[in-house]
Amino acid sequence: MDEARTSRRGPSPRLWLAGGWLLLALLAAIFAPLVAPQDPLAQDLMLERLPPFWLDGAEPGYWLGTDSLGRDLLSRLIFGGRIAFIVAFAAAIAACLVGSTLGLIAGYFGGWADRIISRVVDIWMAFPPVLFAILLVAVLGTGLSSVILAIAIIDWTRFCRVIRAEAMGQSRMDYVENARIAGYGRIGIMLREVLPNVVPSIVALLSLEMGIAVIVEAILSFVNLSISTDDPTWGSIIAEGRLSIHQAWWVLVFPLITLILTVLSFSQFGEALKARFDPVLR
Amino acid sequence: MSACLDIANLSAVLPNGQRVLRSVSLAVQPGEVRALVGESGAGKTMIGKAVLGVLPSSVRLVEGDMLLEGEDLGRLQPKARRTLIGARTALIPQDPLTALNPSRRIGPQMTDRLVRILGWSGEKADRRTRQLLDEVQIRDPERVLKSYPHELSGGMRQRVLIAAAFAAEPRLIVADEPTTALDVTVQKQILRLIAALQREHGTAILFVTHDLGVVAKISQKVSVLYAGKVVEEADTAALFAAPQHAYTRALMAATPRYTDPFASLKPVDGAVLAGLAAEIAAADLAWRRPHG
Ligand SMILES: Nc1ncnc2c1ncn2[C@@H]1O[C@H](COP(=O)(O)OP(=O)(O)O)[C@@H](O)[C@H]1O
Ligand SMILES: [Mg+2]
Repeated sequence: MDEARTSRRGPSPRLWLAGGWLLLALLAAIFAPLVAPQDPLAQDLMLERLPPFWLDGAEPGYWLGTDSLGRDLLSRLIFGGRIAFIVAFAAAIAACLVGSTLGLIAGYFGGWADRIISRVVDIWMAFPPVLFAILLVAVLGTGLSSVILAIAIIDWTRFCRVIRAEAMGQSRMDYVENARIAGYGRIGIMLREVLPNVVPSIVALLSLEMGIAVIVEAILSFVNLSISTDDPTWGSIIAEGRLSIHQAWWVLVFPLITLILTVLSFSQFGEALKARFDPVLR
Repeated sequence: MSACLDIANLSAVLPNGQRVLRSVSLAVQPGEVRALVGESGAGKTMIGKAVLGVLPSSVRLVEGDMLLEGEDLGRLQPKARRTLIGARTALIPQDPLTALNPSRRIGPQMTDRLVRILGWSGEKADRRTRQLLDEVQIRDPERVLKSYPHELSGGMRQRVLIAAAFAAEPRLIVADEPTTALDVTVQKQILRLIAALQREHGTAILFVTHDLGVVAKISQKVSVLYAGKVVEEADTAALFAAPQHAYTRALMAATPRYTDPFASLKPVDGAVLAGLAAEIAAADLAWRRPHG
């Protein structure tokens, strides 16, 4: 028992690698004007399609090269991270608040509350998510807030389903019955007894959802349905990179790597955090 | 003096119409331990849950009364009933692992209830909790209070639950097979502990068990339950001296004796069960008629 616990408590490489990348990307995004080597919007036809630093023809100060308009790729990725993180946090938190609340109510109270909520979730999940997102943005209009809203509207069901199942399992445990015998009110039991036991899952889902929000935002940018096209976003950089894949592969490859690393890190970070939050695993 | 718990003609049915409790009557006098003994599935847990107001939603009480210290639980508003049950009763559960909240430390779990339900000051609740941990012979209360449930052994968790049950000074404790989930060596200690605290505090206990050996050790009175029906009730000493009902005798014959473990491993006599089944079917038929 003790051995298992120390090995679990020791530094988990997964947590540190994923957390390290996210922290780096987040700090770079927050302090983008300070750390970006160039202006992400500055075009210079003399500098177009410069290769990354280790290839012949690279220019100092343009570490990852430039795109077909001569804009610095690294600076564009750093500034693109701002929108990615804003969307990730805002959309995931909104989806989490709505989904977890409804899931907790459905799972704990059961009965007609559960029947109504579960039915809504079933109907919601019948829509293919990407089409749903495109449709929603088309209706809501493009822009940061409608992208956030669209992701939250689509993905609250992920939280709702998982938290409902967990809350339902917890509600059958004897400690909940004991709390009822003691005379606690139903809402008090839900918040004080059941909620703490589903928090680890909420944390893991929240982190996973941030990764998913980053992808959805990139897809929307890719199909030109996200933020205004001037601001660099990872999706719009990928879309441009795709057009010049034969002349400048780096414009496609680096944003893809950034995106994948970030999404993977969010999901791994969430899983690792869950293990830490869980008193039984801890 | 009125009984601490008085159950009269309590019947319960499942949605498919099957009866799980058949006109159960039993009383627990103040300060007395009444054992409720029967095979698994007899409905012992169901009776405990009915008293504590936590029956599964699929089980419906269709007749009978439950009086807790003279107060008719069936006539109280739900809120008043919860308050009364919360203040006067406690449960010592079968499984000490799932009965404690895995994500909360033992200390707050124990004191919370005294503060929130009984309105005690935090300091008083804390003092009381430590006193009870001492009474259940927990030597290092500091560590236990700071622990999460999974950090304690099964025996320790059950001690915590016993301490928690007695801490609020309930009039009635329902103990539902409190030793069944424990190691044999720990079972005896826990049983002795419950008996000692019961004497000390004068708490009435409805002690649910399937084990006649446990009945003999802990109770003054005993009710024998079979298929949701009380088939015999007696003083414990009288029951062991002269069991009246055929089922009780069969149950005794099927209970292993420590002196002769091999000779006694036989099931309850089939002929006795067949007779009982017929008797109960006839009773059910008679019971259904006036109710449509
Ligand atoms: N949640 C439930 N819903 C419906 N029937 C139940 C439920 N729990 C138990 N039962 C049934 O009620 C009867 C009595 O069960 P129980 O009181 O748990 O028996 P015991 O505690 O004596 O072993 C059994 O026939 C069992 O199948
Ligand atoms: Mg039982």
